[in-house]
Amino acid sequence: MSEAEPSYLSAGDTLGSWLLTTDHKRIGLLYLFSILFFFFIAACAAALMRLELLTPQGDLVFSETYNKLFTMHGVLMVWFFLIPSVPSVLGNFLVPLMVGARDLAFPRLNLLSWYLFVVGGFFVMHAIVIGGVDTGWTFYTPYSSAYSNSHVIQMALGIFIAGFSSILTGLNFIITIQKMRAPGLTWFRLPLFIWSMFATSIILVLATPVLAITLVLLSVERIWGVGIFDPKLGGDPVLFQHLFWFYSHPAVYIMILPGMGVVSEIIPCFARKKMFGYRFVAFSSMAIAMIGFLVWGHHMFVSSQSIYAGMVFSFLSFLVSIPSAIKVFNWTATLYRGSITFGAPMLYALGFIGLFVMGGMTGLFLASVAVDVHVHGTYFVVAHFHYIMVGGMVTAFMGGMHFWWPKITGRLYPPLMAQIAAALLFLGFNLTFFPQYILGYLGMPRRVHDYAPEFQIYNVLSTIGASVLGLAYLLPLIYLVWSLRYGKPSGANPWEATGLEWKTPSPPPKHNFNETPIVMEEAYNYPSNKDHGDPEHV
Amino acid sequence: MNFPIFPKAASTTAAQTDELYFFLLGFSIFILALVFLPMFYFLFKYRRGNRANRAEINLPTTRIEITWTVIPILMVTGLFAWSARVYFYEEVPPPGALNINVIGKQWMWKAQHSEGQQEINELHIPVDQPVKLTLASEDVIHSFYIPAFRIKQDVVPGRFTTEWFQATRLGTYDFYCSEYCGTDHSKMAGRVVVMSATEYRSWLAAGAPRNTLAQSGENLFRELGCSGCHVGSTTVHAPPLEGLYGKMVPLSDGTFVIADDKYLRDSILLPSSQIVAGYQPLMPTYEGHVTEGELLELIAYLKSIGGSAPPKNP
Repeated sequence: MSEAEPSYLSAGDTLGSWLLTTDHKRIGLLYLFSILFFFFIAACAAALMRLELLTPQGDLVFSETYNKLFTMHGVLMVWFFLIPSVPSVLGNFLVPLMVGARDLAFPRLNLLSWYLFVVGGFFVMHAIVIGGVDTGWTFYTPYSSAYSNSHVIQMALGIFIAGFSSILTGLNFIITIQKMRAPGLTWFRLPLFIWSMFATSIILVLATPVLAITLVLLSVERIWGVGIFDPKLGGDPVLFQHLFWFYSHPAVYIMILPGMGVVSEIIPCFARKKMFGYRFVAFSSMAIAMIGFLVWGHHMFVSSQSIYAGMVFSFLSFLVSIPSAIKVFNWTATLYRGSITFGAPMLYALGFIGLFVMGGMTGLFLASVAVDVHVHGTYFVVAHFHYIMVGGMVTAFMGGMHFWWPKITGRLYPPLMAQIAAALLFLGFNLTFFPQYILGYLGMPRRVHDYAPEFQIYNVLSTIGASVLGLAYLLPLIYLVWSLRYGKPSGANPWEATGLEWKTPSPPPKHNFNETPIVMEEAYNYPSNKDHGDPEHV
Repeated sequence: MNFPIFPKAASTTAAQTDELYFFLLGFSIFILALVFLPMFYFLFKYRRGNRANRAEINLPTTRIEITWTVIPILMVTGLFAWSARVYFYEEVPPPGALNINVIGKQWMWKAQHSEGQQEINELHIPVDQPVKLTLASEDVIHSFYIPAFRIKQDVVPGRFTTEWFQATRLGTYDFYCSEYCGTDHSKMAGRVVVMSATEYRSWLAAGAPRNTLAQSGENLFRELGCSGCHVGSTTVHAPPLEGLYGKMVPLSDGTFVIADDKYLRDSILLPSSQIVAGYQPLMPTYEGHVTEGELLELIAYLKSIGGSAPPKNP
């Protein structure tokens, strides 16, 4: 491998070379630093809430403060951490590398996306610093448009602006994947991560504008008193929920499809096996993206929408579970006759499957509209979506970071520490959120600052779990930063993985490939494992 | 600290919901076993270094994929059918249910019984009798949630919503607001007291309010000036309201509408939205002049002079 071109990390070390870069890899890292900042703040809000909930009385913060904390936690985690996590960090870094391109289709647009994201984040942080918002991340009207005395407009503006970042990133990915694949890289030779990014991008481009429109309508009503959602002005509050969830349910799939893509890369690599049922896994991503647009009404089973609408949405919600189930079955089947090792990325991927399946199964409880009537708006729902978004997406993000860290930095981290962190994440997560399922069926409403004493034991368990979870986030931060200086050089392909991103040096040169790669084979073409059982071949 | 694992169940809906819930629990454990037992087996057997048959094998992929697509679809269709049936049962109140109005406002609940009793953050109901709540909100969206009955309904401003239940056990049960509604959302709670029919009757009598709900409505009807136009031979030409409730009303645009609670509500608050055929749009809106509670009293009065209103409950 010739070292003709310096790596992207050493191609300029001035502030300008980072802030004005059009290199997708550097922009990916800019996103990484930004989302970690927002994650840290949102996690602090969660920590305060968990501390408040240790006791049934509201004794740590005022109820108003508590309301602002969960709003801040939701807004920052959803729009400023989860949605950009895998797509904007790993997607930015990997999509061009995986398709064998020099960069994304529109590198300057990509930089603009990051700036829009930062400007949006600035408005949101501004809204928080000058006093916060107390509407919940869902901004339900007429509370948000007529009753809340907090800084709703600034917050909405920030989310509105950051939405354009999502749209532009989605556009960039769609065009790059369509037009810039290396010679020989046909659709069905693409890594499944690319399929999932493609499906995610379609949602980003089609759904985000609806959120933008909804937030504008909300602001118009709040500022000028134009009656859209407030019944006192002749509006319809349930209309807001339809518009909001028409975006926000597909957004849930923005927050899980990329994670499935990451897992689909890790499992074949650590099982040394070709992905079982490649086409079905690829198409299931597209099916999730499509059906995901048709299930928003399941957030509104008790909102007074018609019971027949409720039944249709219930059936479609059951149906959307099928493509996810197909993925899980195929991941399991991939292990069959593999030669499996348990490096940290694999542990995270297996943890993902465990938590995602548990989150998915409780999704069936919620799709069962009669059970939903009971648990809607309770901690059952809180537990369910944290299993998907944190148990699923955050675990996958951690898995992806550990899988591609050597590619991004050219360094290896201490493997045992990473395995411990992965195990800790799984345990801490379950301890935090499993008790919340029980709380929910017992009837504890969400978004409450104090609660009935009989709910206390599960809240205590949950808070203990959250501390373990916090440790599981902190640990990787320490050893990953440590590895930057002291980690062993990784070489181009420490996992002996397939995929074009591993065929270039780590960290990759500025223009990714010294020669345009040509693809002759299908994805995950791992060599046969038939000798791996023999003692001489272990 | 106690360790409750299951909520009290005290309504007919609770029994049906719990049945479905336990089935779902069993189903989930079955599916988890179906996914994780093979997975753990593969992880163990095919761990690197373990002797195992790893020869290439040609599995009938398409057939396997179709199998594990079609079978889950059939399973979830069955789950859907079951849950939809329970949902239909719990969403459609049986005719003749005892009506109680519940009004939510930041941050309290007010109940109105048709005999005139009002209560705050408490709801007294008789056991073994279908009770229908007519829900209204003075401000933002609330949600009236009784965990022990497994029912919940959002209380949406600008419309009436309903929920019904039939309590099966005497006792006191908590209710909550389960839709976030502002600063003191978590304080917006109370308790349902389920009493025997005789106790309930004596509780109603003990309150001894001056007026029934309908009588309060009649007073309002005069005070607000409704009677000036709608009663007898006045100079203003307005539709008569006796016998109206439950009838078909012809509208000036040629359509018909049933004079139900929603129609009466809209006619008081948005009188120009539906004009009765043969009348002029003269009536001013009462939006902002009546509270939700007064609105429900007016409607109770109109029902009491209505023709085919459902029979009044004891």
